[in-house]
Amino acid sequence: MFRYLTLRLASMAVMAVLATLIVFLIATQVPADPVLAQLGDLQSADKELVAAYRRKWGLDLPIWQQYLLFLKGLSQGDLGQSISTHRPVLEDIRQYAPATIELATVSFLLAIAISIPLGVLAAVKRDTPVDHLARLVSLIGVSAPTFWLAFIMLAVFYGGLQVAPGPGRLDVTALPPPSWSGLLLVDSARAGQWDTFHDAAAHLVLPSIVLAASIVGLLTRTVRASMLEALAQDYVRVARAKGLRETAIVVRHALPNALVPVVTLGGIAYAILLTGAVMTETIFSWPGLGRYTFRSAIALDFPGIMGITLVVAVVYLVVNLLVDLSYALIDPRVVRR
Amino acid sequence: MSAGLAPSPAADAVAAGRARRGRWLRRYGLAATGGAIVLAWILVAIFATALAPWPYEQVDVTRRLLPPSAENWLGTDLLGRDVFSRLLVGARISLVAGIVVVVVGGLVGTLIGGIAAYAGGRAEEWMMRATDLVMCFPPIILAMAIAAALGIGVTNTILAMLVVWWPKFARLARSLVLVQRNQEYVEAAHVLGFGPARILFRHIVPNAVGPLVVLLTLDVGTAILTFAGLNFLGLGVIPPTPEWGQMVSEGRELVEQWWVATFPGIAILSVVIGFNFLGDGIRDWLDPKSRRR
Repeated sequence: MFRYLTLRLASMAVMAVLATLIVFLIATQVPADPVLAQLGDLQSADKELVAAYRRKWGLDLPIWQQYLLFLKGLSQGDLGQSISTHRPVLEDIRQYAPATIELATVSFLLAIAISIPLGVLAAVKRDTPVDHLARLVSLIGVSAPTFWLAFIMLAVFYGGLQVAPGPGRLDVTALPPPSWSGLLLVDSARAGQWDTFHDAAAHLVLPSIVLAASIVGLLTRTVRASMLEALAQDYVRVARAKGLRETAIVVRHALPNALVPVVTLGGIAYAILLTGAVMTETIFSWPGLGRYTFRSAIALDFPGIMGITLVVAVVYLVVNLLVDLSYALIDPRVVRR
Repeated sequence: MSAGLAPSPAADAVAAGRARRGRWLRRYGLAATGGAIVLAWILVAIFATALAPWPYEQVDVTRRLLPPSAENWLGTDLLGRDVFSRLLVGARISLVAGIVVVVVGGLVGTLIGGIAAYAGGRAEEWMMRATDLVMCFPPIILAMAIAAALGIGVTNTILAMLVVWWPKFARLARSLVLVQRNQEYVEAAHVLGFGPARILFRHIVPNAVGPLVVLLTLDVGTAILTFAGLNFLGLGVIPPTPEWGQMVSEGRELVEQWWVATFPGIAILSVVIGFNFLGDGIRDWLDPKSRRR
């Protein structure tokens, strides 16, 4: 296990460094000119202004020096300064991350709460209408564009029925809790501001349903497939022969084993949730990383894009490592291979 | 015993026919539905301008944001353009983008993965590390960064998608070839003295092609979704070219004028459902393990 861990950590470090190179190359070796994007046509005509701008952001140095500067900054936790918000990128990320973490966590829990029972039910009632319905629901779930679903939810429940609050994390009238974790639910509960807690929870409902929908299909199908496999095992037959009740067989014997392969979906789920977050946050004016990424991309704010892409990639690497490790812990055969 | 109770041959035939139809529906229904939807959209894309009741680029500010009516079936948008006509024409770019990304990305990825697996050694190591490297970014983020960097435009959006698209095919192709390589028929081909290229293309590829076809079909749906997503974010076609993702984006704040964003979204949903049904149905035939009885 130790050898496996060191190997994985080393390869992850190499990947992370290579990722910085990729990100850097995309941001610098491309036709689009960030100076033009930032200054606009009028100011770009002023040669001196453009030159000063290039000097200020180090855009006049040779490419390898820019990369070394970028790496040096990175080693000090400096992701550079955003060209559009004029603040350190790391500070931006720190400010916007909690909103996304809160949204993604709630969505993930919601998705699990839906897809595990649904997948188990589909497997137990294989080839019955219940199974077909579960399959249809998950197929449609993976086919719906997240940004459109977000619009529909907002139009129906906020615009039409007016039962849900509008975009954003809080009403303008709500008192924001003192910032501690940045997660509004946690912070408001900690401060005892229950009105704010309710408001924050209400604002979470629509976006988290939309975001959860993006992974429910995948999760349900995986749970169903792996549950079918588990139900065909000998230990299930033994349990049946012992005369255990069907619920006990399904929940206590088959389910824990069926959930093992589901763990490997962690990495994919992270990538899908992130993709969904970019769309969902844009529609719901959610002040998170997704919207920040979108705005940096539109403004060609390369320090912003580089920073966010890098942070996201490193977290992705860590998530995948954790997934592999937990899989190795649950199923020791993985390490020996 | 009265004659009325005995099952007549005719009733038998009807019952058998019904059972046959039921079996056919269970086995091919999903794929047939999906195939029909996809085919319908392809026809729409080909004949879009002929089918469109209005010229799709005709701006008329006096008729902006009209609700669906007999004249404008799906209403008009902010510039008074007919939503239905733009939706029909928009099918072209979505289908082309989805298919191009998957075919080119699939071809490149399959070649890289297949060659890597077959070559082995140092070459395989390098190719698969390159694959891992691209895969260490969540696709949409990397595609956004590249699309933004290359500049707005359909070609650039497709290029950006291609960069993030090939690795999954490389991985799949490699694992498929690895499995096939150790099969007896490959050894037999070796013994017969066939060259590696012939073994790869004449023997291994035909055997590994099933899972690839499934992945390709399902993937066109994913590619269309991603393309629409990038367009929704403003990283795609240059207006006024009609594109579904962008049409949703134009209507995203018009909650009162819901038709502007709703219908293009339904178009995306239906075409993606078509490809997903088709791919899922094909998987059922090819994979005996997942086949439903």
